[in-house]
Amino acid sequence: MSFLTLTHLEKTFGQNRVVKDFSLSIAKGEFISLLGPSGCGKTTVLRMVAGFETPTSGGITIDGRDVTGLRANARNIGMMFQAYALFPNMTVADNVGFGLKVKGAPRAEREARVAEMLKLIGLSDLGGRFPFQLSGGQQQRVALARALAPRPSVLLLDEPLSALDAKVRVSLRNEIRQIQQELGITTIFVTHDQEEAMSISDRIVVMNGGVADQVGAPFDIYNRPRTRFVANFVGTLNTFDVQVTDPAQGRVTLAGQSLTLPDAPLASSVGQTLSVALRPEALRLGRLPDAEALLTARVTDVHFMGSVIRLKAEMAGALVSLDTFNRPDAPPPVVGSEVEVSLSGRDFIVLQG
Amino acid sequence: MTRFFAWAAFLLGSLFFLLPLIGMTEFSLKARRGEYSFDAYMRVFEDQRFWDTFSYSLILAAATIVVGVFLVVPTAYWVRLKLPQARPVIEFITLLPLVIPAIVIVFGYIRLYNTSSFLPMTGSALGTDILLTMGYTTLALPYMYRSVDTGLRTIDVGTLTEAAQSLGAGWVTILARIILPNVMVAVLSGAFLTLAIVLGEFTMAALLNRPAFGPYMQLLGANRAYEPPALAVIAFAITWGCMGLMQLVTRLSKHERAKA
Repeated sequence: MSFLTLTHLEKTFGQNRVVKDFSLSIAKGEFISLLGPSGCGKTTVLRMVAGFETPTSGGITIDGRDVTGLRANARNIGMMFQAYALFPNMTVADNVGFGLKVKGAPRAEREARVAEMLKLIGLSDLGGRFPFQLSGGQQQRVALARALAPRPSVLLLDEPLSALDAKVRVSLRNEIRQIQQELGITTIFVTHDQEEAMSISDRIVVMNGGVADQVGAPFDIYNRPRTRFVANFVGTLNTFDVQVTDPAQGRVTLAGQSLTLPDAPLASSVGQTLSVALRPEALRLGRLPDAEALLTARVTDVHFMGSVIRLKAEMAGALVSLDTFNRPDAPPPVVGSEVEVSLSGRDFIVLQG
Repeated sequence: MTRFFAWAAFLLGSLFFLLPLIGMTEFSLKARRGEYSFDAYMRVFEDQRFWDTFSYSLILAAATIVVGVFLVVPTAYWVRLKLPQARPVIEFITLLPLVIPAIVIVFGYIRLYNTSSFLPMTGSALGTDILLTMGYTTLALPYMYRSVDTGLRTIDVGTLTEAAQSLGAGWVTILARIILPNVMVAVLSGAFLTLAIVLGEFTMAALLNRPAFGPYMQLLGANRAYEPPALAVIAFAITWGCMGLMQLVTRLSKHERAKA
């Protein structure tokens, strides 16, 4: 059952069509991420839901109510901004209670809700402080509490973690997800960070040039990208050209090795070249019994990243990235050495679009 | 060498400003023959007309500040938020009072609002006071607008507005509870400048024949010897007092300190 529905949304600024025929249904309590590069239209979609931009055409409904023409302050939507946007003249408690005060909530109710929200974000002792007396992470927590205090029907997050340092980003995004699940609030999260989107979303909408290229669960988006753009944008990708040898069986050759692609298009003809891709973790170091093919690669670079080691290597005429887990008893190969790489046709992604 | 010239320029500039002030203050203390005294100041403070004109100008200054704030804060806010392309035009308009002499403005007023016009504002004291307040507002516009605009520049007007809107606030709430408190120091700067302008203004008050402080100072200057410099020193003290207050407000304002 759809709670928030965007139907054929279009937004044009002058001659520039920023959002093109964008439709999406979001279930109650779902956490959706709009993921894409700068200028792909993700923030414009969010701003149309918030009421800060009016769609050129199309409609928005929340819980069955058409809000397309409704003013931003009448939509009952909570929003977090990249720049925190806490009111500098108000204390933390006043910031959190602002929405309730505007709604005319009695003082006692307001104070109780503010205390509840501050407890939720773990800042109960800081109600009397001004925003400038808080760290970036604390300010963004207060912004979350402020957005949630008036019990909004939808929570909108406009790149709220972008201004924070790496460690705080990770802990705060987990906190946001935990609170979102606790409250069961429908949430749209705008980000250009794929890791962020994949770690906390129920579904991801990958946007490109104003359209939704693919909508799906993080697992599907990563493992079964439908377009070349999605495949390239989400995660690291090694691309190869393979020759079709048996279209009916989906058989192809790569550097003389025969592979079977489960997703190979049936219309392919013998001798046709297909663009395929492999994730770094699908290239496995060493000779593995379940592998379909074995290729030799020359290591050109080694990046030790803790639990994972990323190798760069020349293989089948291409420069590839290859991930392997760190093992204390097996040091990584040295630069210039030759290694064996196992791969299977089932891991290949056939690139289209 | 550069340091020497810098100090020399500073010293010369200081002398240029301070010598006339020192001379004026010294002269104002010479009302009693052969010794320094505050006789001139006493006579000024004992003159009922001083208090009448001073309080009249203070009331009009307060009215001017209120009108100015109501006119300028929403205008500057709206221009920053919705019409940034109109900023040069608005800036030009607010600068006009600096290039159009007060006498031209007041003659325009008299011609438009005299007793035989469609809106005979000069026909009553209250009407003339309103007219004078509008005139003062016009004269203070360049200073008030720039102060408020500078204040608005220090905050993220767009995001704060959207944050408040998402929490259910309307335009009046946003202006009164978010924007105005955050530019209060800038508004106060504009207000104190307005006060200084109104207290010293002569042309408009004299031609509209209102008992303001400016015409009183002129009258005193034309008829007395020691009282005018004493009055000038008092006027300077008031202006500097206002500037001191501006500094004090800035320092005492917690969230403003954070922006600094």
